[in-house]
Amino acid sequence: MNRFSYVRARDAREAVDVVSAHPTARFIGGGTNLLDLMKEHVTHPSHVVDITRLPLKGIEDTPDGGLRIGALVTNSEVAWNAEVKRRYPLLSKAILAGASPQLRNMATTGGNLLQRTRCYYFYDVGTPCNKREPGSGCGAKTGFNRIHAILGTSEQCIATHPSDMCVALAALEAVVRVTGKDGERAIPFADFHRLPGDTPQLDTNLKPDELITAVELPPEGFAAHSTYLKVRDRASYAFALVSVAAALTLDGGHVRSARVALGGVAHKPWRNPEAEALLTGKPATREHFQAVADALVRGAKGFGHNTFKIELAKRSVVRALEEAAGREGQP
Amino acid sequence: MKRSEGSTVGGVAPPEEPTKQRLSLRVNGAEKQLDVAPWTTLLDLLRETLDLTGTKKGCDHGQCGACTVLVDGQRINSCLTLAIMKDGCEVTTVEGLARGDALHPVQEAFIEQDAFQCGYCTPGQICSAVGMLAEGHARTDDDIREQMSGNLCRCGAYPHILAAIQQARRTSAKGEGT
Amino acid sequence: MTTPSTQLGRPVNRVDGRAKVTGEARYAGEFNVPGLLYGQVVSSTIARGRIKSIDASEALRLPGVLRVFTHENRPSLPWFDRKYRDDDAPSGSPFRPLHNDKVVYSGQPVALVVAETFELARHAASLVRIEYKPDSHETDLRAQRKKAYAPRQGKDGFEPPPKPWGHADKALDKAAVKVDAEYETPVEHHNPMEPHASTVIHEDDGTLTIYDKTQGVLNSQTYVCNVFDLPKEQVRVRSPFVGGAFGSGLRPQYQLFLAVLAARELKRSVRVTLTREQMFTFGHRPATLQRVALGASADGTLEALIHEAVSETSSFEDYIEVLVNWGSMLYRCDNVRADYKVAALDCYTPIDMRAPGAAIGVYALESAMDELAHALRMDPIALRLKNYSERDQNKDKPYSSKELRACYQQGAERFGWARRNPEPRSMREGHELVGWGMATGIWDAMQQPASAKAVLGLDGRLVVSSATADIGTGTYTVMTQIAADTLGLPIESVTFKLGDSSLPMAPLEGGSWTVASVGSAVKEACEKLREQLVTFARKTKGSPLAGVGAEEVVFAEGQLRNASDPSRAVSIVEAMRLGGVTHLEEQTSAVPSPKQQAYTRCVHSAVFAEVKVDEALGTVRVTRVVSAVAGGRVLNPKTARSQVMGGVVWGISMALHEETALDHTLGRFMNHNYAEYHVPVNADVRDIDVIFVDEDDTVVNPLGAKGLGEIGIVGVAAAVANAVFHATGRRVRGLPITLDKLL
Repeated sequence: MNRFSYVRARDAREAVDVVSAHPTARFIGGGTNLLDLMKEHVTHPSHVVDITRLPLKGIEDTPDGGLRIGALVTNSEVAWNAEVKRRYPLLSKAILAGASPQLRNMATTGGNLLQRTRCYYFYDVGTPCNKREPGSGCGAKTGFNRIHAILGTSEQCIATHPSDMCVALAALEAVVRVTGKDGERAIPFADFHRLPGDTPQLDTNLKPDELITAVELPPEGFAAHSTYLKVRDRASYAFALVSVAAALTLDGGHVRSARVALGGVAHKPWRNPEAEALLTGKPATREHFQAVADALVRGAKGFGHNTFKIELAKRSVVRALEEAAGREGQP
Repeated sequence: MKRSEGSTVGGVAPPEEPTKQRLSLRVNGAEKQLDVAPWTTLLDLLRETLDLTGTKKGCDHGQCGACTVLVDGQRINSCLTLAIMKDGCEVTTVEGLARGDALHPVQEAFIEQDAFQCGYCTPGQICSAVGMLAEGHARTDDDIREQMSGNLCRCGAYPHILAAIQQARRTSAKGEGT
Repeated sequence: MTTPSTQLGRPVNRVDGRAKVTGEARYAGEFNVPGLLYGQVVSSTIARGRIKSIDASEALRLPGVLRVFTHENRPSLPWFDRKYRDDDAPSGSPFRPLHNDKVVYSGQPVALVVAETFELARHAASLVRIEYKPDSHETDLRAQRKKAYAPRQGKDGFEPPPKPWGHADKALDKAAVKVDAEYETPVEHHNPMEPHASTVIHEDDGTLTIYDKTQGVLNSQTYVCNVFDLPKEQVRVRSPFVGGAFGSGLRPQYQLFLAVLAARELKRSVRVTLTREQMFTFGHRPATLQRVALGASADGTLEALIHEAVSETSSFEDYIEVLVNWGSMLYRCDNVRADYKVAALDCYTPIDMRAPGAAIGVYALESAMDELAHALRMDPIALRLKNYSERDQNKDKPYSSKELRACYQQGAERFGWARRNPEPRSMREGHELVGWGMATGIWDAMQQPASAKAVLGLDGRLVVSSATADIGTGTYTVMTQIAADTLGLPIESVTFKLGDSSLPMAPLEGGSWTVASVGSAVKEACEKLREQLVTFARKTKGSPLAGVGAEEVVFAEGQLRNASDPSRAVSIVEAMRLGGVTHLEEQTSAVPSPKQQAYTRCVHSAVFAEVKVDEALGTVRVTRVVSAVAGGRVLNPKTARSQVMGGVVWGISMALHEETALDHTLGRFMNHNYAEYHVPVNADVRDIDVIFVDEDDTVVNPLGAKGLGEIGIVGVAAAVANAVFHATGRRVRGLPITLDKLL
């Protein structure tokens, strides 16, 4: 870990000021990813700005009937919150599928959105990585890439986004509230994370000085018909090879609307509204789920060790939609 | 705009020499006033400064749970925690669970069920179990297995760890009843 | 007269349990002394080549950084290989850290940064700039198999493959039913929870007390003395607690060398602890490619057995293990051929890892046996019983004991094997296919020479000691039981000391031989105390036992008693007073009895596994394992069960999870952390049932006990793989069985 200045921010303004004055400064909340990366010498902030004393810890109803989750609410608090469990069981289930209880007790809502990839090469400073060191090359593409992306990859980078929570938030079409030098703004979840393209070093569309203050959930929580399916190499405490957040509203046996987000397959939670639309008005049957699955992974490309993810993703989507459709009521 | 003293808005280079800051912690019931460098983790503070080596370093990256301690009653990974950020908090380590000679019911149960072999993950397992029981979300054996999955045991004592937690829960339930 | 056992066979709680659950137990990297310095290792990023330059100036500029040791500035040290050899070294030229500018594997230690604090050392290490001139490297076993060669055999305990007998290839050709398959096993790393660490305490007079993570304090001591040219009196190595090792502590690892080097040069106390990533930069279980070909007549009689293996070694040593010998020990066959070769890779030398050789060799063998049973349409147990060996054909010797039939029978009964429909894909629960598989396990039951000292005081306390280790195996507890049992003392009156090079000689703690070796020495030392006490009690005038025949004296509850009249008794302390002594001391060396040579001595098991495989997603869960073990006399059923259970978890891990993945372009292990090198978590492990079948063995050692540290893992991966086949109809011949292989 490099030497840095520690600043305990008293309000959001102060936090933003420090970070905007120092290009490599970082906010710290739970610290579960930042400190990990600092110990690996992947990240070297000049300043670490402690935001944990800021008043961003509430979970409250929004006027439109949604729910607003403060950026510093821990993953555990969200997952076990009675309102979240009742109205957004998909979110609760996704969070509990991630990390470990200890990490969930530390990790914050805002921080979860900013998790960086688990790519082996990104983490190992003894190897090339365009995300860590632009221009150094991508070790993963021709190397060991079992956990890597099959969708939305670029010549520069085939890393995946590691979060489970974000996959659920993508399906729920959450909105990310941020504040920065230029004031506050709201970012639709689909626009929050980026694909790697030619700038794999950028994970999100946050401006350098912006601080996440909250995540807002829209009123529709798909409580009756949703699920989070995580497929991984061991039963717990492992990152997803493929995960699926599936959410349906049903009208009798027919689908009124469908949302499917994939994790573990791309640089951001992967959605395709056109694929989802294939289900609209259709019977909730395996055959139609299969069509969505095929459409979702259209154009997917494997790199050897991870090619299996294409078939796995399809099967996972079908399974998740079946579970969501069959799901009655509460978690 | 208010700024805290010592904050460095405006281009102060990061320090090369340790600039230590004052930290107050309550560790296993004892008040501690310490000067710590900002990059010292709670784990390293416990092990190297306070000589509380019961809390273990297995990976230093939040991937094994050996460093689990209770901060304000909640189980966390002390390896991914900057000590300075816990100013004013109450920290309980494995050394702080027993009351004098009387072991904590979870400690008793770990011995009775032979829930460890090499013992290196054990303090983390025990603190994690204490934290989990306090959280109150584990109803079934499968819940316990899942909620104890943040603590690796390379010796493979998992079935006995489960048995120990079951035993501790029974003892505690009885204790509350009397 | 033999005293009836009061302590042996009892489920005694671990005597070190309290220290372990309260955090009092200190491990190698946890001895804090004033002025301690911290060393951080800098590891190479290339797999082969030369170091062009090392620039440590930026690191050295930081106040509090004392020195950066490299090959350029290290002190002069011996050149000869033999100075660097150790008790577990194979043939070749042992790795010498910081020796010269040559890089021979990725992750090689190339510098040690020593600083006043841990954080400073870690930071400074990241500032050391190293330029390399890389050479081409080879890390792919498949690519190198054509260059495989017969290894040099210089490793203690290695048994070469048996000479062939009969005409295995011809018999295979002619066999009515045959299987011929290749199995692949990956590199695995031990990954004990405690990282390797050495704390070297430098005294003013230059003597060193070293807390080292090791399975043999004497091995570490000898190594340090040889390399640094020190007399033994100046080097004391201690290791009271070891946070798991599983073989990784059998050889002195490079952190010991580096910590001693720094302490001697700086004349300060130094600790070097490896990072988790660096735990992937020394020995590992070698990758193997194995061919097993079996031929049988229609009734299942084994007519040909061929086992060929190519295993990985380094460019500098010939690591060897017993991989291909097990088939002809387990099964009677008239035509046998076994072949074992190694291929050199630009990786570190492999090192023994829990059941070295057997874990992976028996996996291939027992998978092939299952394939043969399926081809024969024969029950897998019936096939094994049909070819059951009463003698070890490799050496043409009988077994000292072999209750493997009872393992099959009792394991099958507990598991419910009789209800198994042999047809693959015949059982299903919802999305999951259910499969049942079984396999046999085998491991040696060895005894090595060992010494122990027993000291009895007038306070009635017995202190027994030996320079052995407890890596979680229960050595402290079982030795305490043996001593207490021999002298009829309560457990609380006995202290066992280990992990200190100043104690009597013990072999490396490995090979499952510690109870047999050290336990026998403990027993002998305590028996000698008995004899003295009996003499005092019988020969002293006025003693209640005066004149009683020596055979009539029994030890119980801290007393010597007349067996036929227990009211005639003296306490042990009184007996010492009668003898006019203030303390009694005996040190003995126990050596294997020559009668052992006439027998092959092994521990056996039958393993049964149930798996559930998600048909669409390929995920495998092991829901049930029964392991029935014939391990001689079980001295402590509680710790014994833990040993076997832990071994079973390792077997599940080997079957489903463990693989250190190499990037052959970089020649580097990539998943070098606990997040991506998967070992099971609590949620992966379900019901594990351990059975110890009765087995009486008067040959294997004076205790009649066989070590259990290894047997638990052997056969498990095959049982799981066989169950996966039974569930899915898919035969996966490469470990681990990850879901992608079943899609």
